[in-house]
Amino acid sequence: MTGHEITFEPDDPYHAFLTTCPRAPHGDGKLGGIAVAVKDNISTKGIETTCASKILKGYIPPYDAHVVELLRQSGAAIVGKTNMDEFGMGTTTENSAFGPTLNPYDTGRVPGGSSGGSAAAIAGGMVRMALGTDTGGSIRCPAAFCGIVGLKPTYGRVSRYGLIAYANSLEQIGPMGRTVTDVSALLEVIAGHDRRDSTSYDKPYSPAPRADISGLKIGIPQEYFGAGVDPQVAAVVTRAIGRLEECGATTVPCTIPSMEYALAAYYVTCTCEASSNLARFDGVRYGPAADTKKSWHEAYREVRQASFGTEVRRRIMLGTYALSSGYYGKYYAKAQIARENVKRDFTRIFSEVDVIAGPTMPTIAFKLREKSDPLSMYLSDILTVPANLAGIPALSVPCGKAGGMPVGLQIMGRPWEDERVIDVAYAYEQAVS
Amino acid sequence: MATEQEVRHIAELADVGINPEELGTFTHQFNAILDYFDVLDRVSGDTAVTRDLYNVMRDDIVKPSLPQKDVLANAPAQEDGFIKAPRVM
Repeated sequence: MTGHEITFEPDDPYHAFLTTCPRAPHGDGKLGGIAVAVKDNISTKGIETTCASKILKGYIPPYDAHVVELLRQSGAAIVGKTNMDEFGMGTTTENSAFGPTLNPYDTGRVPGGSSGGSAAAIAGGMVRMALGTDTGGSIRCPAAFCGIVGLKPTYGRVSRYGLIAYANSLEQIGPMGRTVTDVSALLEVIAGHDRRDSTSYDKPYSPAPRADISGLKIGIPQEYFGAGVDPQVAAVVTRAIGRLEECGATTVPCTIPSMEYALAAYYVTCTCEASSNLARFDGVRYGPAADTKKSWHEAYREVRQASFGTEVRRRIMLGTYALSSGYYGKYYAKAQIARENVKRDFTRIFSEVDVIAGPTMPTIAFKLREKSDPLSMYLSDILTVPANLAGIPALSVPCGKAGGMPVGLQIMGRPWEDERVIDVAYAYEQAVS
Repeated sequence: MATEQEVRHIAELADVGINPEELGTFTHQFNAILDYFDVLDRVSGDTAVTRDLYNVMRDDIVKPSLPQKDVLANAPAQEDGFIKAPRVM
């Protein structure tokens, strides 16, 4: 640190931030003096971190997440913590205990989720880049809905140390930004090995996006353009893929048969992991005080019922049910086989093509309160969850509009080929700019 | 199908509580999701999941931990440098 600071006092008409740092210190370096927003489930020493949950209201982390340490070392100014669906559980940011974030393109619509605050902060012009997290599409969905770029890196590329866990085997921290170049610059800072995350891999990232994609083979899965996908969205994405062909790429049709049960496998896995992870919120070490005069279960239940939102309680219950004696084989064990089948489908396709492309989301951003039924909300994650199940890199880049709202082109790549995914997005961005 | 009684039981096991007035809706939505999960009955494949992953070991070396003051800073109830919890017995 060299004693600089920037002033950050935005109006925030979209409620992108839960906490702002009006005087944000920064140093010199690759991101020296650049305002970066951080999703509120990533620990920031001395800055309140709530996961948009009442159960963590007032919680001040005593340490930084690994990615936050790296941001500070790079000279970035951490200007605030962004709104999200409580603990990352949602597709709209409406599940925040502190009120929804609005989509800067149309304030009657959601920004997507769960990293909706990070996406709105960028789309609304408040910051150039932000960190999000992606468990089943939580970076890519809001990137698509808000017309920005977002990358879910290969599982293991970025340390999860200090990320408040929801579903460990699926989630990754990733960069979001206005342009592919910004996303690439932010990935360079956060990628690499960290001994405190046992799934972290020693694979640093050096940014050098190349727009030359001649000879590239792109797989086009029929499931990404079939039933449930808005034809207007599909048309915009098909045109975008046409632009990539004009840049020298060729397309190859393919199928991902495991898509039939990928979404169910995802929701079983994430709710099971959540039921275990969220057991730590007990109002004892942090959070609203449990009544120490009452018995353990009574005190514990009171705090959790009062402080967890409905969707969080639903997912904890679904996971508890799916892992309970007699149901484990029907749900969790089957979900793991399904997950393996998803992975195999990708391995097979990637033996013939370099990347896979399709829409990020099946529709444009929903209207606020449009999706009130939990299952119909879950179904909108169908195109993003396969990448999390397989652990592969996946990026959303804006590719036009449908009904006046942004549409995202999703590009998925082989494990550890985040570079190639970024190159393809960069080529597209250069071709249309 | 999960009955209202089972849903109440699950809420109890998970220590998240459930109000009588939300039990009906919760059960209905819970069952819609479980019905959807039934698609997993169609999954076939090996039961043994193989992964191209390997264990990464390191030496167990003691490193400095957080000072007690920092660890206690967020605890809502404390006594004599300890975190106070509800009674277990």
